[in-house]
Amino acid sequence: MSKIKSLEELQKLRQTAKGSLDLRSTAESENRMIVRVGMATCGIASGARETMSAIIDELAKQGIKNVSVTQTGCMGYCAEEPIVEVVSKDNPPILYGHVDAERGREIVTEHIKNGRLLQNAIITKSFEKIE
Amino acid sequence: MSSYRMHLLVCGGTGCTSSQSLKLMDELNASVKRHGLSDEVEVVTTGCFGFCEKGPIVKVYPDDVFYVSVKPEDAEEIIAEHALKGRQVERLLYVEPNLNVKLEGQRDLPFYKKQVRIALRNCGFINPEDINESIANEGYQALAKCLTEMSPEDVIDTVTKAALRGRGGGGFPTGLKWKFANKNVSDEKYIICNADEGDPGAFMDRSILEGDPHTVLEAMAIAGYAIGANHGYIYIRAEYPLAIHRLEIAIEQARELGLLGKDILGSGFDFDLELRYGAGAFVCGEETALIQSIEGERGEPTTKPPFPAESGVWGKPTCVNNVETFANVPPIILKGAEWFKKIGTEKSGGTKVFALAGKINNVGLVEVPMGTTLREVIYDIGGGIKNDRKFKAVQTGGPSGGCITAESLDIPIDYENLTAIGSMMGSGGMIVLDEDNCMVDIAKFYLEFTVDESCGKCTPCRVGTKRLHEILEKITNGQGTEQDLLDLRELGETIKDTALCGLGQTAPNPVLSTLNYFQDEYIAHVRDKKCPAGVCQALLSYNILKDKCVGCTACARVCPVKCISGSPKVVHEIDQSECIKCGACMNACKFSAIEKR
Repeated sequence: MSKIKSLEELQKLRQTAKGSLDLRSTAESENRMIVRVGMATCGIASGARETMSAIIDELAKQGIKNVSVTQTGCMGYCAEEPIVEVVSKDNPPILYGHVDAERGREIVTEHIKNGRLLQNAIITKSFEKIE
Repeated sequence: MSSYRMHLLVCGGTGCTSSQSLKLMDELNASVKRHGLSDEVEVVTTGCFGFCEKGPIVKVYPDDVFYVSVKPEDAEEIIAEHALKGRQVERLLYVEPNLNVKLEGQRDLPFYKKQVRIALRNCGFINPEDINESIANEGYQALAKCLTEMSPEDVIDTVTKAALRGRGGGGFPTGLKWKFANKNVSDEKYIICNADEGDPGAFMDRSILEGDPHTVLEAMAIAGYAIGANHGYIYIRAEYPLAIHRLEIAIEQARELGLLGKDILGSGFDFDLELRYGAGAFVCGEETALIQSIEGERGEPTTKPPFPAESGVWGKPTCVNNVETFANVPPIILKGAEWFKKIGTEKSGGTKVFALAGKINNVGLVEVPMGTTLREVIYDIGGGIKNDRKFKAVQTGGPSGGCITAESLDIPIDYENLTAIGSMMGSGGMIVLDEDNCMVDIAKFYLEFTVDESCGKCTPCRVGTKRLHEILEKITNGQGTEQDLLDLRELGETIKDTALCGLGQTAPNPVLSTLNYFQDEYIAHVRDKKCPAGVCQALLSYNILKDKCVGCTACARVCPVKCISGSPKVVHEIDQSECIKCGACMNACKFSAIEKR
């Protein structure tokens, strides 16, 4: 490690280091979006792992910070796997079906960044959870 | 930079490591490797989460899932289920005892809901052994702000306005302390961090040093800038090996980055520090004794004045602050005095960390705003008294403090209020007592401690505490008289008025405060020769209830001195002259036929 000689250098180091903590601070933030990828056996078998990697990669590329990508178990609609659910404060939960890596990236650009839903990929616009 | 999609934070504080959290880390790492997730999942050691009752703690990001009481055997399931398949391990979630529901996220837990974490902000959030994580979370930003935008006077002014007061117990305004040290002209000045945490039951300083060592280094450099010191000492007890280890790493890393050393951030300000180990003497937490110890002398207090701000270590102006006090400084500089002051009360700004211990459900470390009531701390955060017993008192301030009774539960906690009711803030140990605790016995316990720890320099403390202890011993042995109670009070007051240092002056507090609030218990001991809580062995006897005994012989079989007689199916009897009051018979009886009175 080289010495930090000025305030600017400290700020620069902070910006770089901050990336590694985003994962943690996002979970505490109020307006975070959650992307859940179905990762049960059926999901993994139909390529959900690649989908998730693509989504994480695309988020990093575009510098989007307020999104946490997590996995979930079987969503019960195995025919549509890989399934991705996007949860945000403004919209009801949206389920996308047949999400391959490419469509994953599209979700990031269109839905998460620009707020436009991918109409042709939505399984059902909303569902109610029974608590 | 690697892009992990999941962080598993494992508590690496002393509490959790003694419940095998290091082995758990190894198992988690091995399991991550086995499942081929090494590029996706990172296992991170952090400092104390504070919820020690339920340790070891594992927190999963970004899902914000909080696992409690995790054992090394659970590692595989967490990785296979949660990390790989995204299914939470339900059985490891915290179960809220009153509602019997499982809670997922840390912020849902009642233990955390009322807490405001300033001094503990990074504990359980960052990896204390990685300076980058500290910097990412605003580490050294406050130092940078001081060096580039503020004059030493501005810094002192901000700390003064924030109403930050010494968290080690005395409650002296930190800004004022800095001001005195700043005004004294000298070729050299020193900053000392007092990490000689000695109160039984208090462990907030250790946890801060273990969980966020950089904040202390940063704050010491800020204090150095404020008073014009270029050198610092951290006086830490050798019994804190993990804290020492993490401090050594932190100092090393800070030096490598030039955040300690010459010409910090190109400002021309030099500051470096070194560690000094204490041998664990309680009196060395007293600032003048601490300074003596740093100089290699016997750890004995000296008379004040001169105060350390005038003539401290090596006869130079010195500023001594406690670990928790330092941990509050960087946020004050960054967020401003107003922000900090608003959190606390008029005279005491900010928060205070308390170590909850004793007969309470959620043992652990909690940080609450000044002005929070004891009731909120004990019932809302602490989860109430263990086994639904009745609350009797809470002991604050350790051997220098006193007891607070149920009547005072709704008093807002700050320095003045606690002193007014005969206790003190102290370093923040809070030991909760229930109806099974004997107050005379508790007073005796603390006196035993001060007798041991008295340095012997002044007579009131050396001899006086010994005599106090002897009288208490006499009372708990059933030989006390009512005159003894008067003597206790008179002797206690005399020690208070005449001892040399804070240790001696406050040593009688546990006796005086229990005498005030629990006089009836003392009287029961000396007049009726009874211990109402059933603790003092000499004052109680075990008896068999004739109508409940079925003659099963269980008690007679476990009695180590064979003093229980009776044949099968006949009521048994205890020979009181032989009984050693061990209580084995009471534990063995399945019919509740043995009573302790």
